[in-house]
Amino acid sequence: MSFIEISHLRKSFGANTVVHDFDLSIDKGEFVSFLGPSGCGKTTILRMIAGFETASAGAIQIGGTEVTHLPPSRRKVGMVFQAYALFPNLTVAGNIGFGLKIAGKDKGEIDARVAEMLELIKLPDLGSRYPYQLSGGQQQRVALARALAVKPEVLLLDEPLSALDAKIRVSLREEIRALQRDLGITTVFVTHDQEEALSISDRIVVMNEGRADQIGTPSDIYNNPATRFVASFVGTLNLLEARVVDPAAGRLSIDGQPVMTTRDLSAFGIADETTVALRPEALTLGDGNGDRNTLSGTVEEVAFLGAVIRVRVRLSEARLSLDLFNDPALQLPRIGAPAAISFKREDLLVMDRR
Amino acid sequence: MAVSASPARPPRLRVPWAVVGVAPFMAFAVLFLILPTLFLVVGAFQDKAGSFTLANLGSLWTPTILASYWISIKISVASAVLGAAIGAFIAYAAVSGGLPHWIRPTVMTFSGVASQFAGVPLAFAFLATLGRQGLVTLFLTWIFGVNIYAHGFNLLSFWGLTITYLYFQIPLMVLIVTPAIEGLRKEWREAATILGASTWQYWRHIAGPVLMPSFLGATLLLFANAFGAIATAYALTGSSLNIVTILLYAQIRGDVLHDQNLGYAIAFGMIVITGLSNLCYILLRVRSERWLK
Amino acid sequence: MKTNRLGHWLAIFFGTLYFLLPLVATFEFSLRKLRGVYSFEAYRVVLADPQFQSSFVYSVVLAVITIVFGMAIIVPMAYFVELRLRKLRPFVEFVTLLPLVVPAIVIVFGYLRLYNSSSLLPLTNTSTGTSFLLTCGYVTLALPYMYRSVETGLRAIDVRTLTEAAESLGASAGTIIWRIILPNIRSAMLSGAFLTFAIVIGEFTFASLLNRPAFGPYLQLIGANRAYEPAALAVMAFMITWACMGLIQVISRNTVAARP
Repeated sequence: MSFIEISHLRKSFGANTVVHDFDLSIDKGEFVSFLGPSGCGKTTILRMIAGFETASAGAIQIGGTEVTHLPPSRRKVGMVFQAYALFPNLTVAGNIGFGLKIAGKDKGEIDARVAEMLELIKLPDLGSRYPYQLSGGQQQRVALARALAVKPEVLLLDEPLSALDAKIRVSLREEIRALQRDLGITTVFVTHDQEEALSISDRIVVMNEGRADQIGTPSDIYNNPATRFVASFVGTLNLLEARVVDPAAGRLSIDGQPVMTTRDLSAFGIADETTVALRPEALTLGDGNGDRNTLSGTVEEVAFLGAVIRVRVRLSEARLSLDLFNDPALQLPRIGAPAAISFKREDLLVMDRR
Repeated sequence: MAVSASPARPPRLRVPWAVVGVAPFMAFAVLFLILPTLFLVVGAFQDKAGSFTLANLGSLWTPTILASYWISIKISVASAVLGAAIGAFIAYAAVSGGLPHWIRPTVMTFSGVASQFAGVPLAFAFLATLGRQGLVTLFLTWIFGVNIYAHGFNLLSFWGLTITYLYFQIPLMVLIVTPAIEGLRKEWREAATILGASTWQYWRHIAGPVLMPSFLGATLLLFANAFGAIATAYALTGSSLNIVTILLYAQIRGDVLHDQNLGYAIAFGMIVITGLSNLCYILLRVRSERWLK
Repeated sequence: MKTNRLGHWLAIFFGTLYFLLPLVATFEFSLRKLRGVYSFEAYRVVLADPQFQSSFVYSVVLAVITIVFGMAIIVPMAYFVELRLRKLRPFVEFVTLLPLVVPAIVIVFGYLRLYNSSSLLPLTNTSTGTSFLLTCGYVTLALPYMYRSVETGLRAIDVRTLTEAAESLGASAGTIIWRIILPNIRSAMLSGAFLTFAIVIGEFTFASLLNRPAFGPYLQLIGANRAYEPAALAVMAFMITWACMGLIQVISRNTVAARP
């Protein structure tokens, strides 16, 4: 039985519909991310779960209770906002204890819970500081503690890391994930950063123009993107035009060179045009053996990116990039030299016609 | 405070342009702002022969002078507190959303105009509105049969002057407090709401305390603004209303108190009062900036 | 939510009422000069009054001199304080806020005692000297506003880099201020100028106590002796204030639009 149940949710502002008929079930203790570009409706859904926006249609249940029309304070959710939403006039302890104070808890209980939360976010000595005296990362940890202090059943995170520097972002997201696992709290996380979503989620909802393009585990989303949008938004990708040669056998041609795929081509007829996708890291230089596809072309550019070397190869018309791990012993291909590229049949993704 | 700009002379330039550029302003400030003020302050502590005395300050404690200070303070406090409260509410209504978008710029522009519409013309406007022959006075008599003057209202009184002063106090408050209200972040309210706070609790624990320093600071500024005003009151009432600026005006014009140094003492008293209110203003500003970076 | 918005509407409604009624009333009153019929007679009388013309011209000229004189001492000071003499900033802040602390009537009282006929610098002996003193008073009065707008303008541009770029091309300090800084803070200066104009044009306290034939004392005199003309004058004064503030809005909007 799922813990959060969203069904047929829709949100319109006037004539502009930002969320179309959205369905999602989230299990208890699950960490679900909404991933998508700005304006895709991910934040709107989060705010509908929180109760800051009212749904135009559809329903939201939390723990078996219909909450669609309940005010935010009665939904037992905690929320962390994009950045610096701490109350500036209250100390760290005052911020963390705010919800308990409103709930009318006595001082001893509040103090104990605040101390416990400060331990949890590893800032035990900063209770008497004011928000302006903290770094961005510390502020967001306090915001997390403030949201968790009242023991909500659901934690909502609205791009909580996007205002922080790169390094803090990585360490804080690991902390958030660890904390979430320890507490077993059902969590919804909104982000536009695919790496963030891939690294901490149990499941990812990829949003595009108010709809869920794909819902799945990180590896599912990355390895088997359901739509062209998902494929291009999550990770880097070579998109190539291809012609279907034999749908039943999985045979196609790219720029006149034959390739095979294990993907289902039954939706296509002979000689249909389609788009195929290849991840740069799935490609290797050199001829493959019989199981692998091989394409040949000319090296057009070699870019040194640190851990990875990105090589661009031109077939007759199409270009594709491939990634090599940096190895000092590696002989870098020369520009203008002929090159063969090989890849496994299952790495050739066939995009639908959308 | 001496003007000692010479040590800052930049080595690169032969002519100390910076000093040349700053000197006229410094000279002006000393001659036409600091010296005149100091002259009065020193004079307040001197007798006619020029020796030190506290007698001038002592003679401020006469019923007429105390009464004039008192009514000035009353009018300034009333117009500042009312102006601040009403101005803050209008500013909040204009910027907090829910109203059409053209409201905010219109309110701000109009406040800019009305806050500068003071002095003698403002007195004329209120005479035409609430004077004995004023439009509103006649209108009330005609429609409701109530002659407000028969019921004790008088434009040349405490309330009359307070209502008139509000015409520039409210817009001034709107101008000062709007940036502070716009500084209230939507997320604070949402965070408070989701933690269970009611609207009242949000204002009581978060928005109120955050706004309080700017609000009190602005109120003190309005106080000083009303306390030093004279033109409106003088044009309205001649010298019939005994506020301290009018008393000082009369003293300067005709030495009505027959004691120059007592005039200095009155001026000194005014500086002390406005100075104190501004000191509080600065302290509050420092506090509010501490919170909001 | 709905009741909340109602409260907002009510605030705006009563605010508008309170602020428009006196304007309407004043305008209506100003038309009542001829018995039984609305007319612009009061305006005609006022405009034809030679004393009106002379006092108005006097105040306009004085306002312009105040703006030029004030800017002439404030702009170089603000520029060098921003550029090299940052240590002076607290003192400058203090001085420019002083006119908000010390009431105008106190300052003019000081002038009268410091520069009277028996003092070292007897400015009040001649009418030119007194007019100069009045100008100084007005500069003092406008100081907080002028300085604030100039400072805002200077902060919006990178004074240091602009200056160093100009110096590297061999420009002198005067050239830099006149050719580089001034054009860049022009709109900020204009805002300060119009605000100053609005403050100075009808000013009463200084002009009256220094016995100058300015517009403010003239207004007061008419107010004490006439019935309908004061209302006509108030309408005109309001329109002048409105024009000044409107121009400030136009200037600042154009500046924003000009920046990418």
